[in-house]
Amino acid sequence: MIKHDTIERKVGLLGVLTALAVSIGGLAEIIPLMMDPVATTPTPGIEPYPALELEGRDIYIREGCYNCHSQMIRPFRAETERYGPYSLAGETVYDHPFQFGSKRTGPDLARVGARYTDEWHRVHLLNPRDLVPESNMPGFPWLAESPINAARTPDKMRALQTIGVPYSDEQIAAAQAAVEGATEMDALIAYLQGLGTVVRGL
Amino acid sequence: MSAGWNAFVIGLVLIQVLGALWLLMSLTSNPQDEGEGDTTGHTWDGDLKEYNNPLPRWWLYLFWLTAIWMLVYLVIYPGLGNIAGSLGWSQTGQYEEEIAAADARYGDIFAAFNDMTVADMAAEPEAVRLGRNLYLNNCATCHGSDARGARGFPNLSDGIWQYGGDPAVIVQTITNGRIGVMPALGAALGEGGTDEVVAYVQSLSGAGSADPAVLAAGQQKYVQFCSACHGATGQGMAALGAPDLSDDSWLHGGSAEIIRDIIMNGRQNQMPAQRDLLSEERIRVLAAYVLSLNAE
Repeated sequence: MIKHDTIERKVGLLGVLTALAVSIGGLAEIIPLMMDPVATTPTPGIEPYPALELEGRDIYIREGCYNCHSQMIRPFRAETERYGPYSLAGETVYDHPFQFGSKRTGPDLARVGARYTDEWHRVHLLNPRDLVPESNMPGFPWLAESPINAARTPDKMRALQTIGVPYSDEQIAAAQAAVEGATEMDALIAYLQGLGTVVRGL
Repeated sequence: MSAGWNAFVIGLVLIQVLGALWLLMSLTSNPQDEGEGDTTGHTWDGDLKEYNNPLPRWWLYLFWLTAIWMLVYLVIYPGLGNIAGSLGWSQTGQYEEEIAAADARYGDIFAAFNDMTVADMAAEPEAVRLGRNLYLNNCATCHGSDARGARGFPNLSDGIWQYGGDPAVIVQTITNGRIGVMPALGAALGEGGTDEVVAYVQSLSGAGSADPAVLAAGQQKYVQFCSACHGATGQGMAALGAPDLSDDSWLHGGSAEIIRDIIMNGRQNQMPAQRDLLSEERIRVLAAYVLSLNAE
């Protein structure tokens, strides 16, 4: 039997045994889920993000929206009452990386799509306090003036294609034209308006 | 989970369990309550040594308790792959129980109003109180916590209605939403024509330019292009959601600049449908609250 003394004296052995001990939880909880069809099959109706929404998603990530907004409605009544049906694993199969988040300074956004109007989002992103005086969300006025770099959209879609997002070649070919001329604000609003709209209901 | 991954998870959990139990037993094998035992063999500063005593018994017993709980847990809760556990607990099961309990508790509160009309509920303090809570959670983000709206988002407390203030219409608006469309008339009216119409529209509520020639030209164009929706005297048309232009209440603002922009470029405004978010009972309570804001 290996003695405590031996383990403590041999750093390599200590490292191997430590790695083994801490990885068991992850191996049992994470790896099988990555292989489980329940978690990897898209929910019916879920499609890869259209080009404009994909660009909007990148703005969402760039501006750090995930720091204050989660996109994960947990199966508790207190959450489903406010946000809608709880999130399903199959809804985020094309999210790389997913935007579950871990902190809610602002509300969850997993089903914010179609809840407000485009105009509401536009005014709210320019200055949230114009609509919600109590809000402590910062304004993002520069988004309305920054154009999307449409030339790069097809590259982003091809990159996602290589990791399994089923974009067709036609979609990629049409992407640049679909995004051309849009501002970052347009893209972000398109992304937000598409969030969680596939699964609806009380 | 497939059989292979199931076995993989069960195997790892069992390795973890057995490892923990083995560690515990190896610590228990030589209990020593008092006296001086072996030292670790380390020596510092010439004569400082460290005892290698086992854990105190009470501490070990706590470890054993947690180990027993670990085994009990694996029997009653899902922990071993696909094995459901004797309690049959699941995350969705717990959620459904929570919802059923809430329905049983709160269902009657809303059901009590089923026999009342929305108009009667608006005079019922309990319904109004419930409605206010629903309003603050679902509507205040656009219409404001005081229901006085914002530019582009209607004031719900001023007795002015885009689509009419009948209870059934309010219920309809909340349930299915509304899309209000004002077409762009810039191309048809031209720059000068638009200015004339702006002046006329402002004059309907007693503001703006008073030059009779401009007003007459504006009126003529108003009758041709605007009166089909906004009415001959600017009184609006609730069925289309076309606003009254004569009441000096402006959804988007009443300055000449804004009116000009709306006529030139049109407007598309929307109230999102709430039918996927709120039950019919709740929408009625909400409509009663909105109605109550306009009671006087």
